[in-house]
Amino acid sequence: MSAETAAGGTPAPGTTVSMTMIEAIRSAHHVMMERDERVVAFGEDAGAFGGVFRCTEGLQERFGEARCFDTPISELGIVATAIGMAVNGLRPVAEIQFADYVYPGYDQIVSEAARMRFRSAGDFTSPIVVRMPVGGGIYGGNTHSQSPEALFTHVAGLITMIPSNPYDAKGMLISAIECNDPVIFLEPKRVYNGPFDGDHDKPLVPWSKDPRGDVPEGHYTVPIGKAAVARPGNDVTILTYGTMVHVAMNAAEQAQVDAEILDLRTLLPLDLEAIVASVEKTGRCLVVHEATRTSGFGAELSAQVQEECFYSLEAPIVRVAGWDTPYPYSQEWEYFPGPNRVLAGLRRVMED
Amino acid sequence: MSILEPSVEVLKDLHHRMLRIRLFEEAAGKLFEGNKMPGFLHLYVGQEAVASGVCVAMREDDQVSSTHRGHGHLVAKGGNLNQMMAELMGKADGYCNGKGGSMHICDLDLNMLGANGIVGGGAPIAVGAGFANKYRGNDTVSVVFFGDGSTNIGAFHEAAAMASALKLPVLFVCENNEYGEYTPRHKVMAITDVVDRAAGYGMPGVIVDGMDAIAVHEAALEGLARARAGEGPSFIEAKTYRYYNHHGVQTLGMKYRTDEEVEEWKKKDCIEGFEKRVTEAGLISADELAAVRAEVQAEVDAAVEFGENSPYPDPSTLLTDVYTEMV
Ligand SMILES: Cc1ncc(C[n+]2csc(CCOP(=O)(O)OP(=O)(O)O)c2C)c(N)n1
Ligand SMILES: [Mg+2]
Repeated sequence: MSAETAAGGTPAPGTTVSMTMIEAIRSAHHVMMERDERVVAFGEDAGAFGGVFRCTEGLQERFGEARCFDTPISELGIVATAIGMAVNGLRPVAEIQFADYVYPGYDQIVSEAARMRFRSAGDFTSPIVVRMPVGGGIYGGNTHSQSPEALFTHVAGLITMIPSNPYDAKGMLISAIECNDPVIFLEPKRVYNGPFDGDHDKPLVPWSKDPRGDVPEGHYTVPIGKAAVARPGNDVTILTYGTMVHVAMNAAEQAQVDAEILDLRTLLPLDLEAIVASVEKTGRCLVVHEATRTSGFGAELSAQVQEECFYSLEAPIVRVAGWDTPYPYSQEWEYFPGPNRVLAGLRRVMED
Repeated sequence: MSILEPSVEVLKDLHHRMLRIRLFEEAAGKLFEGNKMPGFLHLYVGQEAVASGVCVAMREDDQVSSTHRGHGHLVAKGGNLNQMMAELMGKADGYCNGKGGSMHICDLDLNMLGANGIVGGGAPIAVGAGFANKYRGNDTVSVVFFGDGSTNIGAFHEAAAMASALKLPVLFVCENNEYGEYTPRHKVMAITDVVDRAAGYGMPGVIVDGMDAIAVHEAALEGLARARAGEGPSFIEAKTYRYYNHHGVQTLGMKYRTDEEVEEWKKKDCIEGFEKRVTEAGLISADELAAVRAEVQAEVDAAVEFGENSPYPDPSTLLTDVYTEMV
């Protein structure tokens, strides 16, 4: 499992430990802060308290307040400070508590971080990592559930990543910290503690029961820009990421369709090679994401597949996505594109 | 200040509003802990004197813009407990038809412009409302409640700068409960009194005991009068405390403040202290206070029942209220 997932990254040494995605993210911080004193981590409640999702727990104790600290409630300030640190030689890992709060920091991400290299003719870079939990499934309503990935993939100069399991989360975060360009690191909070397959009535399956929760203790990387085959198949390609990888797996099982599920992992730069190879093989493509449909990242994926694989396609590309509405509070599961909607999408793309 | 200053009517009103908040919040907390309420719940227990003191001083047409910890502000503005409880439970009869939740309750009929899930989000809205009031030439005032932590975000500063530059009829009410989530104020702010920030915007500011509804009421009257007279915004810092966890009652169960600290603040409880003062001064009898409590408790119990009996929103409403017309 590990070796395959890490294909192209550096191999994982030594023993593995069962970790949740939260623990894996924490472990990535630990490994990098241990190895590289330029790495600092901060955010709201991220220091002494260890983060509301516990991703930075223990870092302040281990590395001191100078390297892991609490910030004022100031998303613009958090991102901006990270940029300043980065242009002056540090490797900041900034936590935005929920992606829904990032908008004041969006100006800094777009106007400053993404263009630092470009506007200094390569003299300055902005190697920041901005981590933020995304997605619904916890009844957060319209300000604690959003999936804003397309707002980042639309910006040239940014790298946007989103893991779907603990193994990838750690290896990807290490790659992000080592990367010389700004990385937006989206964390699907619904799978922080276990692989959620979209059936919200089922009790949570913990990561300890899943091989993707076996995480090497030391340093390893999962490369930027490489998709993973989450499920090999021949009849249809499902392009997805984050929480929806698990929902798509569930739907594929139920539909008894020989679907190939690509977990994109990095949205930009996109692993077009893997996408094209799969769609050319299957001749069909379903795109699945939780974010609202219109101008969502699925639109980009559909366009790319259409441009690159038109003559291999046997049916129109189908998108399954969140509805075009702010995320409703109690209608969580009507909004969320659960297994039934993915299943319906699968049936449609298999029709002719 | 003298206990004799506000009329008995005002005292009764303050008491009634504080109790309505307290008992509503206690009931909501129980439902939440009993897993009958999903999502997030930021309880206002401990801070009742602030919302009540300010709202009693306000006119009905004055507006309120609020925060993630907004139940108290809506209750104090006269909010309907049935609709509030139903909204917290995500039910169709809630203020937002169950689609908003605890952090997004509002009631425009009561001039309560909304709780707000985004820290800092409320202040600029109050400033815009203040502009509209000035523009129309009425003497309505808009009040924004906000936490100490929220004064670190740009939205607060931009709102304060705008309000003072344009001399708008706005009252800034900071509820300094010494914490932003799980982080104490002193870790993330180099000043002790948030009111110091008002000076930077040329706004007069005062500090009041936020556990004393009478003191808050008096300060609010002054700020509102100033705004109504066209003299621009002012700033009140109410020193207060929340008894429960940042979110839920004890949900995370992780220590970030001491039990002793919580107990110290509870000794200054705004309702207990108030009841003691008014009974000792012979202004309201203990029997009458007990009767009010029983009446409010009945109202709250009915709200819980109302919420429980209300249906969940019909799936056909999933795409409503996104645009004027459904597209
Ligand atoms: C823009 C934004 N950043 C962060 C949060 C998360 N958050 C919710 S409440 C809160 C603390 C607010 O502290 P304060 O303003 O003092 O209000 P209190 O909770 O103490 O009433 C934080 C950080 C948010 N909702 N919005
Ligand atoms: Mg506070």
